[in-house]
Amino acid sequence: MKTPEPVQVIKERRDTALHRLVDGISFARFLGIRFDRRGDELTAVLPFDPKLIGNPMLPALHGGATAGFLEMAAVVQLAWQELWSQIEGSQFDIERFIEGGVPRLPKTIDFSVDYLRAGLPRDAYARARVNRSGRRYASVHVEAWQDNVNRPFAQATGHFLMPQPRTDDDANGG
Amino acid sequence: MSELNLEWVQSFIDALPYSKALGMRAESVSEGRLTMSMPYDTELIGDVQTGVLHGGAISALMDSTCGTAVMSLPEGFGTATLDLRIDYMRAATPGQRVWAEAECYHITRAVAFARATAWDDDRENPVATATGAFTYGHMAAPKTPEQMEAAMQALAARQKELGQ
Repeated sequence: MKTPEPVQVIKERRDTALHRLVDGISFARFLGIRFDRRGDELTAVLPFDPKLIGNPMLPALHGGATAGFLEMAAVVQLAWQELWSQIEGSQFDIERFIEGGVPRLPKTIDFSVDYLRAGLPRDAYARARVNRSGRRYASVHVEAWQDNVNRPFAQATGHFLMPQPRTDDDANGG
Repeated sequence: MSELNLEWVQSFIDALPYSKALGMRAESVSEGRLTMSMPYDTELIGDVQTGVLHGGAISALMDSTCGTAVMSLPEGFGTATLDLRIDYMRAATPGQRVWAEAECYHITRAVAFARATAWDDDRENPVATATGAFTYGHMAAPKTPEQMEAAMQALAARQKELGQ
């Protein structure tokens, strides 16, 4: 019987793949977004930064910063879900994957944000759920909260165009 | 902002840290209508392979342009976005400035409805369109230069408190 892989090896492979995915997105760095991972579950984290303020009088997060955070959480969740099935497959080769460059990302077709309450000047979190994912199109719902997960301050739904599979010539390690 | 002045609009935009961080510039203003632009910046790239701006950067420009268009109305000062939907028609060309024009096309006692279009060097071929609902009628706009000055000073004092 085959010995199971050490947990550290599995974790490292998953974290490497996730970093590879997010590191190609300069805008995530600009906003200071990071992703916490538990198994395949992702939580996007937006640490508070004074530059994210849109209304200094309240003060409240800028609606554009909130929208950007939600869209980032949605697109990364969608790309991660596609990537996960590759990472967990027996054919997956992490070295070839790294050499293959940054994974291609889905493109946003439309994105609709509801602002439920003012974003406070503190950290924000978001989790996205892929409601439908086909070969070409996907629909994703995302919610963001701050202090209380049951009181979201913003939510959004977006449609995305999936990157089309590469041919054998430009395959990036399966 | 009953006395519509591009400098006021710009100083107001500069008072919002996120709009300022993205380098937003007011281009023209009239009651309920506003044009703004934002420079291309490699920090705002959404996909390193193409160099295309992330949709979230375009969202910020759309939200600001619509919101500021609402503020240019008699009782739009201090508006907040209720919802905003953005349709992405094509990728903004890397390296080019992005422009957005918003108009407030309907107002009720409590809500202002606005829509916007964004484009780059190719004016005829939109990058994105947006429609949104905004709160309205909470606060009367400063009517005189003195009132505007006072409002801006309050903003500046608040920013100082926030450590900007």
